[in-house]
Amino acid sequence: MTKREKWIAFETIVRREIQRFLRIWPQTLLPPVITIVLYFVIFGTLIGSRIGEMSGLPYIQFVAPGLIMMSVITNSYSNVVSSFFGSKFQRNIEELLVSPTPNWIILLGFVIGSMCRGLGVGLIVTVLSLYFADFSIHSLPITVGIVLMTSLMFSLAGLINAVFARNFDDISIIPTFVLTPLTYLGGVFYSIELLGDFWSKVSMINPVLYMVNAFRYGIAGISDIPVYWAFTMVGLFSVVLFFVALNLLEKGSRLRS
Amino acid sequence: MQPALAISQLNKTYEGDFQALKGISLEVQPGDFFALLGPNGAGKSTTIGIICSLVLKTSGRVSIFGCDIDTDFSQAKQYVGVVPQEFNFNQFEKPIDILINQAGYFGIPREIAAERAEKYLRQLGLWDKSHVPSRTLSGGMKRRLMIARALIHEPKLLVLDEPTAGVDIELRRSMWEFLREINAQGTTIILTTHYLEEAESLCRNVAIIDHGQIIQNTSIRELLQQLNKELFVLDVREQLSECPSIEGYPITLVDGHSLEVEVEKSQSINALFGALSQAGIHVLSMRNKTNRLEELFFDLVEKNLSGDKND
Repeated sequence: MTKREKWIAFETIVRREIQRFLRIWPQTLLPPVITIVLYFVIFGTLIGSRIGEMSGLPYIQFVAPGLIMMSVITNSYSNVVSSFFGSKFQRNIEELLVSPTPNWIILLGFVIGSMCRGLGVGLIVTVLSLYFADFSIHSLPITVGIVLMTSLMFSLAGLINAVFARNFDDISIIPTFVLTPLTYLGGVFYSIELLGDFWSKVSMINPVLYMVNAFRYGIAGISDIPVYWAFTMVGLFSVVLFFVALNLLEKGSRLRS
Repeated sequence: MQPALAISQLNKTYEGDFQALKGISLEVQPGDFFALLGPNGAGKSTTIGIICSLVLKTSGRVSIFGCDIDTDFSQAKQYVGVVPQEFNFNQFEKPIDILINQAGYFGIPREIAAERAEKYLRQLGLWDKSHVPSRTLSGGMKRRLMIARALIHEPKLLVLDEPTAGVDIELRRSMWEFLREINAQGTTIILTTHYLEEAESLCRNVAIIDHGQIIQNTSIRELLQQLNKELFVLDVREQLSECPSIEGYPITLVDGHSLEVEVEKSQSINALFGALSQAGIHVLSMRNKTNRLEELFFDLVEKNLSGDKND
């Protein structure tokens, strides 16, 4: 394939992915928005007003970056996992497998499509959060950089999950038993300063903690961990996940018999 | 000239040590209309799966118009269009989108893809359904949609895995006509089917595969010449109460106005008619009782089976 042909193939996959989640917007865009609004109402306004400050910020301003990041993470992951597994289940992934589209283009197409949903939902949630909390951006490059890299990383992880999945249970196990606990314990609702010494250290092995804190630093200028650590970790994870995912596609694992 | 398809010593062993293909070799020439026949589980779909890279081969070589599927996979895939046995498109997408997207995966710009999509959807009688969710299409329409999708990048080799399964007779005939046209325009076609009259009607050359081995690879004409005898049904004018006896021709009385006669290839049908006339029986019409290729197919597969048992 020429470079132009590869670009057309890539554009086709991304366009199809975007059309997919827009076509089923009541399932893909609406629920995360409703969930996050409820979080804002309950944790931000109702309970938050009684909590007071967290790390020197009003509680609603403290949780807002975490809630935005949580929506980016879950939507980036769940979009690719359901789309790719759906393609496997209906066997229309074969449309791509019989084509000359290189595997790295297939990978990038699905991942970018999924990032579009993650970032799109993140943007909607950000706009909604302005209704509940006042905040300005402390550092735009850090805010945008970490949200892009986080979305990329979880899209790659979602694709790997989808490749291995044999049934619909397999695509809900990781989000339920891994992603949700990591997100809830990843400093979205509290500062790790509140935890004892031991649990603070345990929290440091949770990658979501780094992403949430780097994003909070980008918006509010405060973080429990050094921000460069977050970029290094997310960058390294993304590179590793990219090559794992590519290797799975090259080998045709669970895609070609 | 490079063969449209060249398969050499192709082996496939699935997990659990099931050997689906046992070193098959096969060539299909450009422009051919080729039938790949065999009973269920013989290895037809595995062979097709390997050609279009949905199945990973264990060993052997496959090249399409001279392009090896391992070393020159991109070009090899550009040459092949495949219509699988089972529906494998997104049932929630519209036919027009399925076709335009498929063209995109082959690097075809959207404007050209849209023109081609309209052309093939019209040719296959699906244009009025182009903007409805494809899950609402009938079985026959879904099959035609898969043919349109396989043609969207205008491949030189079209591989169809039982394209008319479950399709009514009228639609099957119109699909035959369409495939003949495509073939006449230069597209090489490989077809697997369980309808042997379909292979006999459409194809020039044939390979019969059984238990992962090619047991016959020849032209349809030569294959049919192997058939030693045929069974004819004769409708006669007279009301017959007993079966006539003509030397050399085993005859069975079916009912008062029809007979079944076994005629060997070396025997003359004229001689049969002459003898019947002498016996005062006038033949009104005559037809083959069984499909000739079907008879031969069962004969070959049965021989292969008894050969396996003797091994």
